[in-house]
Amino acid sequence: MLIRQRKFDKALLGYRAYVLAFLIFLVSPLIAAGTFAFNDSLFPALPWQGFTLSWFFGDTEPKLGMFYDRRLLSGLYYSFIIALMVSLLTVFIGTCNAFLFVRKDFPGKNFFYILMIVPLVIPGVILGISILVLASSVANGIENRFDYEIGLLRPGIFLVVLGQVSFTTTITSLVIAAKLKKFDITMEEAALNLGASSSRVMRTITLPFLRSAMIAAGIVAFLVSFENFNTTLFLVGSESPLTITMFDRVHKVGSTPVLNAVSFFLMAGSGLLALLSILVQQDKSARS
Amino acid sequence: MQKDIRRLSLILLFAPFALWIVLLILLPHVGMVFLSLREKIAPRVYEFGFANYIEFFNEPIYWNTLVRTGSMSLLVTVLALIIGFPIAYYIAKIAGPRVRGALFLFCLVPLWVSDLIRAFGWILLLRETGVVSNILQWTGLAAAPVEMLYNDVTVVIGLVYTVILFMIVPLASTLDGMDNSMIEAGYNLGGRGTTVLRRIIIPYAMPGIASGCIIVFMLTAGSYLTPILLGGKNSSWFTEQIYDQFITRYNWESGAAFGMLLLAFTSLVVWLGLRLTGQSLANTVTKT
Repeated sequence: MLIRQRKFDKALLGYRAYVLAFLIFLVSPLIAAGTFAFNDSLFPALPWQGFTLSWFFGDTEPKLGMFYDRRLLSGLYYSFIIALMVSLLTVFIGTCNAFLFVRKDFPGKNFFYILMIVPLVIPGVILGISILVLASSVANGIENRFDYEIGLLRPGIFLVVLGQVSFTTTITSLVIAAKLKKFDITMEEAALNLGASSSRVMRTITLPFLRSAMIAAGIVAFLVSFENFNTTLFLVGSESPLTITMFDRVHKVGSTPVLNAVSFFLMAGSGLLALLSILVQQDKSARS
Repeated sequence: MQKDIRRLSLILLFAPFALWIVLLILLPHVGMVFLSLREKIAPRVYEFGFANYIEFFNEPIYWNTLVRTGSMSLLVTVLALIIGFPIAYYIAKIAGPRVRGALFLFCLVPLWVSDLIRAFGWILLLRETGVVSNILQWTGLAAAPVEMLYNDVTVVIGLVYTVILFMIVPLASTLDGMDNSMIEAGYNLGGRGTTVLRRIIIPYAMPGIASGCIIVFMLTAGSYLTPILLGGKNSSWFTEQIYDQFITRYNWESGAAFGMLLLAFTSLVVWLGLRLTGQSLANTVTKT
């Protein structure tokens, strides 16, 4: 028995070592991407030349920091605008979908539910090209017939937003619907019995209950949009969001540590947002 | 009156859903099918036909790329399952409650960081002037700089890294629902570790395994960034072919055909996976 126990301990030790190795595997590229932002060298590589913040705040070439790099800043700006629009739109549609599928009964509900899930299993590249194809053929058709150019349907911010909305909506719908399922319908009935109008019930009882899920869904949508590459790649016009700008630099020019600075900035930003969404959801569990 | 109001609210809730699915998912795909069936005969002269698909099957480079993408995605899926399963099991069954939460959160962290930054991190680690090469030289294991980028092994490692979290999360949540007494009963009845694993744990985890594998396969086959950045010019990934047809050669007809083929291929695999494991799409997706 004792021998078996000892053997078991040894196995557990090996297991722990495996988990530890996996965690190192998980973080090492992130550490590499983040740390070189502070290396006082022109290349993101060893040896370590000393600590510097000039890849963030440097205002002269060759060490132009990210906050003085025009193209990176405009990329950041466009990404922000796009992500904001995507999260507002997807939370709106997602909330409607949640009510539709949790509260309503209608013919073909199961079929429509599957249709709602499907965008998540279509490769992002396909979503991008299909929306590009449709928008361009509509724009071409209108231009040929009426001699009128609709700029919105040409690659640009509007199409990028549509492309990202196409699959992000599924995520927000699922998050909000999961919360709505937990709602106790008797609360609404009580308010109605007490004489409240149904719009007042919605405003004062149901929506406040859903608020935490809506905020969390919005944050997730914001991050998904900010990071999206595959769909965006095909729909992007002259206003490139940050991931596209960064990809061009990583891919073509080779890299300077300013990209590490951007990586660090983004990791810190999404870390904070993730923390925020966890806090919002914990708040809900404390109350309910 | 009451009935009319109910009807109206159903229509109002259905409208955003219908707009989203029809305008952003269904119509674009129909448009893509039409475009892919258009043959270019002369400049600006088109005819209905299957030429774009026939071209795909006549040109070995094209279908070789699809086969290569498919088989490498399968390899990535299997590797992710083998590497991820012990981690998920550790999180769900072995770690104490506090460690479990921390580990789970830790595993989710890279999910919040974009693929681009993660691939960039790998580049910094693995390239000729990268960290690993430096360490190898410094410890005397290598005499000269070692280039570890731009080969298939690196692409596979990078892809496993990108998608493994989508394997671990559904696995861990399935295993978490498993009663420990089931495992103990297996041991008490004289089963050895491997028997218990094969006869009790794996059958129980099957829904999680199915959903993890499907999501991972879909994401890998549709990925663009990781193969391009880590595999370089000779990564020959199918999404790269699509990009090439669309953006570089401006041959939208055959690009659309390629897109349809990729979509058909991934849908087929997802469908097969669902059939073989007896899962439904709705269950599978909501697990992640």
